[in-house]
Amino acid sequence: MKKVLVVGASLLIMAAFFGMIALNLTFGSPKTTDMDDYFLRNGQELTGSNNECTAVVFDFRGFDTLGESTVLFCAIVGVGLMFRKMQGGEEYEDE
Amino acid sequence: MLWNLPFITVVVLTLIGLVTVLLKKNIIKILLGINILNSAANLFLITLGYREGGVAPIFTLAPSELMVLPTPQALVLTSIVIGVATSALVLSFAIVLQKKYGTVDIDKIRRLHG
Amino acid sequence: MRMSKIVRTAADILYPAILIFGLYIVAHGHLTPGGGFQGGAVIATGGALVIVAYNYKEVTGWLKKNVLTGQEVSGLVGFIGVGLLALAFGQVFFFNYLVGSGSIFGMPVPYGINPGELNTAGIVPLMNFAVGIEVWGGLTVVILYMLSGLEKEGC
Repeated sequence: MKKVLVVGASLLIMAAFFGMIALNLTFGSPKTTDMDDYFLRNGQELTGSNNECTAVVFDFRGFDTLGESTVLFCAIVGVGLMFRKMQGGEEYEDE
Repeated sequence: MLWNLPFITVVVLTLIGLVTVLLKKNIIKILLGINILNSAANLFLITLGYREGGVAPIFTLAPSELMVLPTPQALVLTSIVIGVATSALVLSFAIVLQKKYGTVDIDKIRRLHG
Repeated sequence: MRMSKIVRTAADILYPAILIFGLYIVAHGHLTPGGGFQGGAVIATGGALVIVAYNYKEVTGWLKKNVLTGQEVSGLVGFIGVGLLALAFGQVFFFNYLVGSGSIFGMPVPYGINPGELNTAGIVPLMNFAVGIEVWGGLTVVILYMLSGLEKEGC
């Protein structure tokens, strides 16, 4: 009973907080668009790519994509490490 | 009220995801909550970058020159792939836990207590 | 466990089509919606279709884990290598050295709304291909690894 009360109260507080933020934002008219307008105006000239989204991903923010593919690689290496021992037929030892 | 409907959807999704992550005991359900939170963050970024009457930022035979912001879409593209990778990792954890303990209930996995 | 002959035949027929569609998405990433991540994910769904249609032994006969892991590693190394090649041209890391140079992927693009030309955009298509190969190998090998973890229980 107490747990339900605590959870409900914290949910109410969070809903009020997020809802206040959400109602203050305006949909459809972003406030600051200087950087994106620069990308849209000069992106074709600077990268030669018609798709501005790809231009941002691979050229303007290439380091972001580099870190992202590194994260993907690390996650897949982690999955491989987790299942590597099971293939050889030997079980995990208990401690 | 209706003009802010995407932001309200973001709030609802965030609350659902938080409740799922905090209250559920099953690891698969916790992963579903994390994915709902991920979707809420993606929807929030996409919604912030929408411009009234804009089209997708692709110049190939575009219907008009008024385009939505390209940077949030690029960030969401990054975020989706990372979400897939982390989901695969957590599901692998769930498979290993199921094989070792016979359950994915985090209360029953007592050996995690140390 | 393998599925029925209808599902297996459908998977056989659909896999090349999905492969070509994914490669199309990767190759036209700088012109139409798409790119390396999306195209690689599309090809990985084709791999998942084949994996659920056949059983583990039959799938690993021709969808080899070593090849897929090698694809993943070579995709990441190729991505970094394309970025590092800018240093040979006297530019900084990740500089788009091919755009406007007239060589491969170096045609000048018409500004504004245009029908699109495949031979443009400098290093962006090369990076699309590298990332597409990486995501293709990575997501397929994840499904294979999970299946190998489940395999002992008789699935």
